[in-house]
Amino acid sequence: MLVSVYRYNPETDDAPYMQDIHIDIPGGKDIMVLDLLQLLKDKDTSLGYRRSCREGVCGSDGMNMNGKNGLACVTALSQVVVDDKLVLRPLPGLPVIRDLVVDMSQFYKQYEKIKPFLINDTPAPPMERLQSPEEREELDGLYECILCACCTTACPSFWWNPDKFVGPSGLLQAYRFLADSRDTATRERLAELDDPFSVFRCHGIMNCVSVCPKGLNPTKAIGKIRNMLIQQAT
Amino acid sequence: MVTSITSFGRSGLYDWMVQRVTAVVLLAYTIFMIGYLLFNSDMDYMQWKSLFECTSMRIFSLLALLSMAAHAWIGLWSVSTDYIKPTGIRFVVQSGCGLLTFIYVVWGIQILWGV
Repeated sequence: MLVSVYRYNPETDDAPYMQDIHIDIPGGKDIMVLDLLQLLKDKDTSLGYRRSCREGVCGSDGMNMNGKNGLACVTALSQVVVDDKLVLRPLPGLPVIRDLVVDMSQFYKQYEKIKPFLINDTPAPPMERLQSPEEREELDGLYECILCACCTTACPSFWWNPDKFVGPSGLLQAYRFLADSRDTATRERLAELDDPFSVFRCHGIMNCVSVCPKGLNPTKAIGKIRNMLIQQAT
Repeated sequence: MVTSITSFGRSGLYDWMVQRVTAVVLLAYTIFMIGYLLFNSDMDYMQWKSLFECTSMRIFSLLALLSMAAHAWIGLWSVSTDYIKPTGIRFVVQSGCGLLTFIYVVWGIQILWGV
């Protein structure tokens, strides 16, 4: 098969370019894209990409495969290869450090903005703050986010305003703390989000939902934040 | 929180709500106009004139005109903040949109009350 990989080494290249590599898959197996990258790296050791857990838990190997963001380690070739060709690019919308490795600073800045930790100004109980099973259920579909940035970098609103729009991942996390029964900073959290950019730049195109490797729904969480803002303001 | 001095109502929620309410008004006006034209296919100038001389129609038309102005401003402001990155050019474009919207509103009122 033919693999076209985005290559850029700022120390030696004037501009990024696509490198075409023909490769035979051993035994014709349906391997994961990450395994394919290892085969490519065996051929050309200068190829750079991130990876760690290789089982969809760490979120390191987010990349754009034939136009769709996803985790290379949990994406089989059969899911993405078209006409025996695969185009691999770094996550869109973030500065490239080298080859498939992007600078995630802007993504983490937005995550930091939403204060991703429990805020509770009531006296701490002797053991721990308890939740009922129903209250705990509210966090399902939210806490599973691994911050791989596949959703946020698939969002045009983030491409145009990465410094102002929190992005689907950050907003999913924002709702994770708004929905937490143990958090007492709901009003302050909502006040931080009520501007024309942070939440409202989402136009609901649902790219985030279509690419999330964990099957989460940031658009739904954004809708719930919006409903909380409406309820508080009317 | 991201501060913004050029958006319609400063608050994201306010702009979002205004855009949805104005969209409903514009939809209602559009449906009314299409319905009126369909049910009065043999309409002459005098009937058209008397429709717009009616106070309730003037209120409805003015409401639609103001809704269009607010809706267009919020929409164009969003588009300009997405695609025009140099602050100076963006401000000039936004000012142009604001001026044009104001002209359309004044002109629209003049037409409505000039019937």
